[in-house]
Amino acid sequence: MDTVDARFKWLEANGEAQYIADRHYDGLLEGRFYRSTCSRGYIKAVNVPELPDGYYLFSAKDVPGTNRLPIVVPDWPAFADTEVRYIGQVILLLVGPDPLVLEQLLTQVSVEYEPLTPAYTVAQSKALVDGAIHNQDNLFDAHQIDKGDIEAGFAQAVTIFEETVTTGYQEHLYLETQGCVGYVADSKVVIEGSMQCPWYVYHCMSTVLGHQHIRVIQAPTGGGFGGKEDYPNIIAGPLAVAVNQLRQPIRVVLERREDIAFTSKRHPVEFHYRTGVDKHGQIVAMDIKFDLNSGAYFSLSGIVLQRAITTATNVYDIANVRIQGQAWCTNTVPTGAFRGFGSPQTCFCIESHMNHIAQQLGQAPLAFKQAHLLTNQSTTLTGASIFGELVITDLIEQSVSASQYLAKRAAYAAQSSQGAYRKGIGISIFQHGCGFAGDLEDTLVKAKVRLIKDQNEQVTILVSNTDIGQGLVLTFRQIVADTLALPLSQVDISVVDTDSVPDSGPTVASRSIVIVGYILEQAALALKQQWQVGEYQEIEQDYQKPSYHQWDQINYQGNAYQSTSYGVNVVEVEVDMASYEVKINDAWGCYDIGHVINEQIFNGQIDGGMVQALGYGAMEKLELNGEGVFAQKSMADYMVPTSLDVPRIQRSLVDNPYPYGPQGAKGGGELTHNGAASAFVAAVEQAVGQAFNRIPVTPEVIAQTLTNEPQANIKRIDVAEVTNEN
Amino acid sequence: MKIEFTLNQQPIAVDVDPMQTLLMTLRQDCGLTASKEGCNEGECGACSVLVNGQLVNACLLPIAQVSGNHVQTLEGLRQTEKGQCVINALLEAKGVQCGFCSPGMVLALYVLLEQHPQPTEQQVRTALSGNLCRCTGYSMIVDAAFIAATKGAGLW
Repeated sequence: MDTVDARFKWLEANGEAQYIADRHYDGLLEGRFYRSTCSRGYIKAVNVPELPDGYYLFSAKDVPGTNRLPIVVPDWPAFADTEVRYIGQVILLLVGPDPLVLEQLLTQVSVEYEPLTPAYTVAQSKALVDGAIHNQDNLFDAHQIDKGDIEAGFAQAVTIFEETVTTGYQEHLYLETQGCVGYVADSKVVIEGSMQCPWYVYHCMSTVLGHQHIRVIQAPTGGGFGGKEDYPNIIAGPLAVAVNQLRQPIRVVLERREDIAFTSKRHPVEFHYRTGVDKHGQIVAMDIKFDLNSGAYFSLSGIVLQRAITTATNVYDIANVRIQGQAWCTNTVPTGAFRGFGSPQTCFCIESHMNHIAQQLGQAPLAFKQAHLLTNQSTTLTGASIFGELVITDLIEQSVSASQYLAKRAAYAAQSSQGAYRKGIGISIFQHGCGFAGDLEDTLVKAKVRLIKDQNEQVTILVSNTDIGQGLVLTFRQIVADTLALPLSQVDISVVDTDSVPDSGPTVASRSIVIVGYILEQAALALKQQWQVGEYQEIEQDYQKPSYHQWDQINYQGNAYQSTSYGVNVVEVEVDMASYEVKINDAWGCYDIGHVINEQIFNGQIDGGMVQALGYGAMEKLELNGEGVFAQKSMADYMVPTSLDVPRIQRSLVDNPYPYGPQGAKGGGELTHNGAASAFVAAVEQAVGQAFNRIPVTPEVIAQTLTNEPQANIKRIDVAEVTNEN
Repeated sequence: MKIEFTLNQQPIAVDVDPMQTLLMTLRQDCGLTASKEGCNEGECGACSVLVNGQLVNACLLPIAQVSGNHVQTLEGLRQTEKGQCVINALLEAKGVQCGFCSPGMVLALYVLLEQHPQPTEQQVRTALSGNLCRCTGYSMIVDAAFIAATKGAGLW
């Protein structure tokens, strides 16, 4: 093994990596947020106690620039000014040396509100009680795709299935809570901290401060999974205001309960399907409607909505489709990015719906899905031809063979219905579009990378993409070292610091390898051609859109993503029929991510993504209570998998090089979260003989479902019968 | 209140509130930051340390209870042959992703191998079950136990 590779993450393993809370700053002050206790209302008065010497308070009045954080649209205030939209919204930042004094002061602050009736659910949002929270209708965003002719499709149907499938909130639960420290150095306001997207933080600070004497530096980041895409802005905005004024170091690190309660979550989704099947058992029409609960501010919901819409039919070629997706404003914590970004929801819902239709038709779920798969000749949902070779059938074959899915499925179907333990096995097929939606890489992001070669022939990579655990630092170095035919030890990567790295875009959307890695490969090729021994050289390279990639962002037509990765998961379970506890006995993941660059690194993504998805499907319950805040408040009651809850993941790959990715690679980090929840639920369904139409499927949910009159959630309409009755 | 204990083989005295946690004492008063605060309620194991050789959550332990006892943190363990054996195994297995759980995992693996030099998969998973990891899905950390058992043969 390469010694450099073996020392990768050396500091972390030795406890020497300096996460933001580990860092020492002379004269460090602590910051604590005063957050809204009202879900919706106008702020009438803010009453603050007299502050002891050395304690300071910051509010919207102190913002020298614009009090709106430009995340996608500038709607989320750094400090609430006239109104509050959710419990937990930042109103004040208190700063001072002693955290205990700050906590006391926080209890002495009181805010008088003129409350309005809050909306917590999509239904409440649509009802517009006390008027709209946002615009005139509470609708943040809405889009529709029409493919084929939906009416003509339904005209061929002999059976129509209607079903609602829902997914819940999910909390990232990165092990390191959110946190930043701000200070002044060389007359710049510097913020360093736990974050995925330093340039996003930079732009938010610049807007709030109204100047660009700013610098953002990523600290070692203890997990992100999307959760550190938007929320570091929410911390950095107010913090920058305080640092800009006090010129002293200030630290804001959230406590775990604060982090669980108030940082962004995965969007809960409710999908409504109306699916027509013809006399041959083939789907001829799908009418899909879904709503996203976006929370109080828009944040990243538009892009989540776009992904959920443009991939709503997953890996299936359906001739006639109508999809309508809407994102709604509510008085809850804003929902944001979480690994998969709309796809885990989409994939769970459609895979469950396909399973349930198959069951109703008396068909095997896998065979039913196979009869509808996209092929190389298919036109995608958004009207594009398939780029490259599809290997979905290879993924299925490999998964079925490794897991012995068919034999086990048959054996478990024949098991006694009276057994104390019952087994089940489920399969899911899924995709993930890599990179920004549509052609936003070209029109919005315009990533740029830089390579520097010094006189000693040492090469340094300068990009803004952050290693948040996924290991991209090693993969980036490997791409450049391989291209230059250098040992890994001769290629370094810079700390992500906006003073030195170009904006190669955020660390999101499974774009780091396929987009930024490819630009790095191009840059390395250019450097190789121009290499001059003993000379200092700098190479900059910009993103170039591949010529085949066409996209219409208004009508959602063309290649919805530059490239798409695919996967198949199989999960096998055993249910204790007395307690309804589910043991996950085995799990298989087979993936097409183009050509893998570092298989061990990607195996880590498979393991982590699938386990996170098994948690999503099996145990990660996060629900709003009647006051619009989460009932689960700590790590004791928001459950994620432990080492005893999950099996060793059986992994495999199908090599399918992509010509516009580095060494043929596509994206993979999010893909691994898209399928396991559905495969898990399918396995539980086989074991207990009951369909479920929401996740998580906890033992309590199984007990309730089986104790009540078991019934299919799917509604079956025989069209011929309806016609006769008429 | 003055509390005396042994920290990484060295006697130490701190003058703090007796109810202050061991974790806060280590991080703020002793300047040892390998032990992390993940939840501060004993759920995640990121703050794991050894007290008299037992794996404990430093975030739950009032410093008064540490009086007269032996505390070992990763800062101490990493200087030992066994500690380096576990750390190298964890790196070789790629059991470190974001790294925030890693110090606690190293200590948990060390305690496991002290008790079971040739552990079974179930023994490893049980030993790690008090330490949450959100990145790796655990298998590569489990692998680290077997690598350390093999490469550290004779140590344990």
